[in-house]
Amino acid sequence: MEMLNLLPPEFLRIVISAIIVVAFVFLNCMVLGYAERKLAGFFQMRPGPMEVGPWGLLQLMIDGVKLIAKQLIIPKDSGKMLFRVAPLLAFMPVAMSFIVIPFSEKIQVRDMDIGLVFMLGIMALHVVSTLLAGWVSNNKYALFGAIRAVAQNIAYEIPMLLSLLAVVFISNTLSMQGIVKAQGPIWNILVQPLAFIIYFVAAIAETNRAPFDLPEAESELTAGFHTEYSGMGFSLFVLGEYTNMFFVCSIATVVFLGGWSGPPLPFYAYSGIIWFFLKVYGLLFVMIWVRWTYPRTRFDQLLNFCWMYLIPFSLVNLLITVVGVKLLK
Amino acid sequence: MSQIARTKKEHTFYLNLGPQHPSTHGVLRVLLEMDGEHCLENEPVLGYGHRMQEKIGESRTWAAFLPNTARMDYLSALIFNHGYVGLIERMAGIEVPRRAEFIRVITDELNRIQSHLLWLGAFLLDLGAFTPIMYTFDDREQILDILEDVTGSRLTYSYHRVGGVCRDIDARFVDATRAFIKRLRSRFKIYDDLVTGNIIFIKRVKDIAYFTPDLAKRYGLTGPCLRGAGIPYDIRRAEPYSVYPELDFEIPVGTKGDCLDAYLVRVREMEQSLRIIEQALDMLPEGPFRNKVGRRLKLPQGDASFSVETGHGELAYYMISDGTDVPYRLKIRVPSFSNLSVLPELCRGMLIADLAMTMGTLDLVIPEIDR
Repeated sequence: MEMLNLLPPEFLRIVISAIIVVAFVFLNCMVLGYAERKLAGFFQMRPGPMEVGPWGLLQLMIDGVKLIAKQLIIPKDSGKMLFRVAPLLAFMPVAMSFIVIPFSEKIQVRDMDIGLVFMLGIMALHVVSTLLAGWVSNNKYALFGAIRAVAQNIAYEIPMLLSLLAVVFISNTLSMQGIVKAQGPIWNILVQPLAFIIYFVAAIAETNRAPFDLPEAESELTAGFHTEYSGMGFSLFVLGEYTNMFFVCSIATVVFLGGWSGPPLPFYAYSGIIWFFLKVYGLLFVMIWVRWTYPRTRFDQLLNFCWMYLIPFSLVNLLITVVGVKLLK
Repeated sequence: MSQIARTKKEHTFYLNLGPQHPSTHGVLRVLLEMDGEHCLENEPVLGYGHRMQEKIGESRTWAAFLPNTARMDYLSALIFNHGYVGLIERMAGIEVPRRAEFIRVITDELNRIQSHLLWLGAFLLDLGAFTPIMYTFDDREQILDILEDVTGSRLTYSYHRVGGVCRDIDARFVDATRAFIKRLRSRFKIYDDLVTGNIIFIKRVKDIAYFTPDLAKRYGLTGPCLRGAGIPYDIRRAEPYSVYPELDFEIPVGTKGDCLDAYLVRVREMEQSLRIIEQALDMLPEGPFRNKVGRRLKLPQGDASFSVETGHGELAYYMISDGTDVPYRLKIRVPSFSNLSVLPELCRGMLIADLAMTMGTLDLVIPEIDR
């Protein structure tokens, strides 16, 4: 304990936060993985995982052990070093993004003035890992997946940013806490319904989820950009994907659904964090629901949809918002 | 080589779709010449599952070949049985009891619905929708259970025998079938809401891959894809066999011949099949279900052919006999082989996603193509 006191308190804070974040990333992935499989089962009129533990609760743990124990096969003609780096790149940025997420009024690693921009910047990094993984695999299907991922992510980042920008104009701040506090009892989803819809569609495309899961469209590209990955390499991509889903949904919660605010619950001290997680997992449920209901779009339709509908509508929405803000203030 | 041709070559590359690929539904390999996401040329490469079924048919007695017919197209196994026993009956001039003909028609149509249901699920899986296949499998299980009760097997049947059927159907079978008809009619509404009303699905299949009558004529395309192009060619009406002339049913046809029409034709065909089963159950006569035919019966010298409509198109058997119980020549014309041959011309310049979808529309059964 003497040693710990010598360290600066800020350093300790960072270390503890980092441990919590990594633990949470894995926990979230297990919860989501279980929820996805169980819900998919219910949508398809079957029980889902049932064998390992009560109601299959331990299934994801067993899967994790299996994936860790598996050999990481590296193709002969691939870029050996980059092939190993790519899954780490998929995983690291999403872990960093937890720095600015306001779980409640108090629980937040750091409230930056440019929190929203920071999150979007981190999110844009995710595509680099996809491109890298597809490219160095030296597999045509993987390359297809990677190129699709790049085109899709670049296209869908625009409507996403434009829809978030409309909210920024209203709340007049980029800080995540600031956006939550600026909303008050009337959440932004009521003020900006169109922006929310555009954001959510773009978010599904950003995270490469069905019906926009073209980078890994298995009926065309076998497994897309992670065709050649096995074992832990593959599971890091899955971890990255699930954390990314959590991440886009928490942005939606903060920006549109009032973040941690909500009527006080019996556990008064924890009411903020409970509301936050309820909202985030509610949105994640919708994402899973959509995935198991709709067929996949075609690639050109996906891009047309973005350029012909989402971007013009988000631009118009932004313009109306700006005029409205100017007139009302 | 001109400059343009050379540049074109530099931009293209080859891609092997298969033999292990999720959307080929078996060991089929399609060699694609790609320019980005567009397939400029494609060439199906066959033979990974070739078992020389025709030669096997020529080297054993006609009775011993019957189980093999079910192993060619495992989805229309009963209809493949029907075609073969029909051929032997035509060659040897064997009379079939009326009850047996009705039983054959009922089981054939159940088999056809089962094939279409599996197609519906697998086709939507090709389009990236995971859930419908579970629903269609659930319905398909009911058919397999019904058929298992009476035939003893679930996939590769040898139920139709020369001179009749292997076993008689009982009241339980009739009740189960009637209950299933009711159930499936209510399920069509679910499929309609989930699939036909889905804008993403319509956008994916509408106006893609036109099966034109001209194309169909040149390649011998048959089955729902041909009827989707507006040609009401169905062996059950064109060359009626069994008791089909006595039954009242329609041949659904499409208008444009795109993949959406092929989909709609199959869905409506299932409804028609339900109608056929209902009528056949009502008209089911009493009597013997099988005329005894010796297993070593010598087939008279000469040749004959017999065509039936499977779930995928026209199946024709042609046999030449030299007067022994072993056929001299057995030719099997399978629908999927001709249907697949359309692919290079139909899918020229198509996106790879559409190619996978069109292959799904053709409803290929690879062991049937390779046989």
